[in-house]
Amino acid sequence: MSGLDAFDIGRRNDLGTHRFTAEEIIAFARKFDPQPFHIDAAAAAGSMFGGLCASGWHTTAVWMKKNVEFRDRWHDELKANGKSPPEIGPSPGFRNLRWHKPVYAGDTIQFFNTWLSARRRERKPEWGIVESHSEGFNQNGEKVISFDSAVLVRI
Amino acid sequence: MNNRTIQTDKLAFEDFEPGRQFPLGPYPVSAEEIVAFASEFDPQPMHLDEEAGKASILSGLSASGWHTCAIVMRMFIDGYIANSTSQGAPGVDNCKWIRPVRAGDTLSGTSTVVSARPLQSRPGVGAVQFRHEIVNQDGKVVCTSENSGFFATRNREAGA
Repeated sequence: MSGLDAFDIGRRNDLGTHRFTAEEIIAFARKFDPQPFHIDAAAAAGSMFGGLCASGWHTTAVWMKKNVEFRDRWHDELKANGKSPPEIGPSPGFRNLRWHKPVYAGDTIQFFNTWLSARRRERKPEWGIVESHSEGFNQNGEKVISFDSAVLVRI
Repeated sequence: MNNRTIQTDKLAFEDFEPGRQFPLGPYPVSAEEIVAFASEFDPQPMHLDEEAGKASILSGLSASGWHTCAIVMRMFIDGYIANSTSQGAPGVDNCKWIRPVRAGDTLSGTSTVVSARPLQSRPGVGAVQFRHEIVNQDGKVVCTSENSGFFATRNREAGA
């Protein structure tokens, strides 16, 4: 048995939804991304985005929040089926991050994560690597974000 | 008024010449900031608790990688974006979290212009491709990334 066995390759996981409020968009952007279209509704209305919208890094942070919540549910599911949950480590990074459309104040985004591959590594053989593709869609079914990322998993 | 004679003080597309470098930081990262971000967005033990961090593969309380990205965004803002004709960015081609960012670290770094081209689809706007490198106080690279950003041209900005 390896921690990699728990990952059902090809499975598309529904991470759940999050509604982005104007208040949280502004609070996040004031700290990390204080551009007018992220912190000021009036300025945003006159920008190329046409309205207050979330920093792209706010969207990725909320994806992570939903991913951690999903992981807890998945681990409970594994335990209920008599399987031991894998130990998840840090991530080496991501690729192909695209902010396809703005996430506007009031939008509800549904996030997904699809497991693409799980493999052992020669370097640090006690940790394998799982690669996945993530997406987020707004309430109109429009894709707002996608990226490919990886995470280390204890063998 | 003749747009061509008006100059903006902001960095415009024309100022992002290949090879030009912009210094980033310093940005001190506190334990409180790491825990606050992780509590809201990435509540894994190694981002929340010193002892749990020590017991993890990261060997100490470490920032969420997404927190590092948000901090680096702030370093871009303070380094050059706030004083530019920025029109946003479509994404990030790749980002590597090379070493943990620990409580007490001070981050700095460099954004280097790789290439720049006017956008056929958006007259008055150009795409600038950057390579970014973020280091800690020991000069060790903690994060690298590559992305493109959109900037209005000087004439367009002046005429706006």
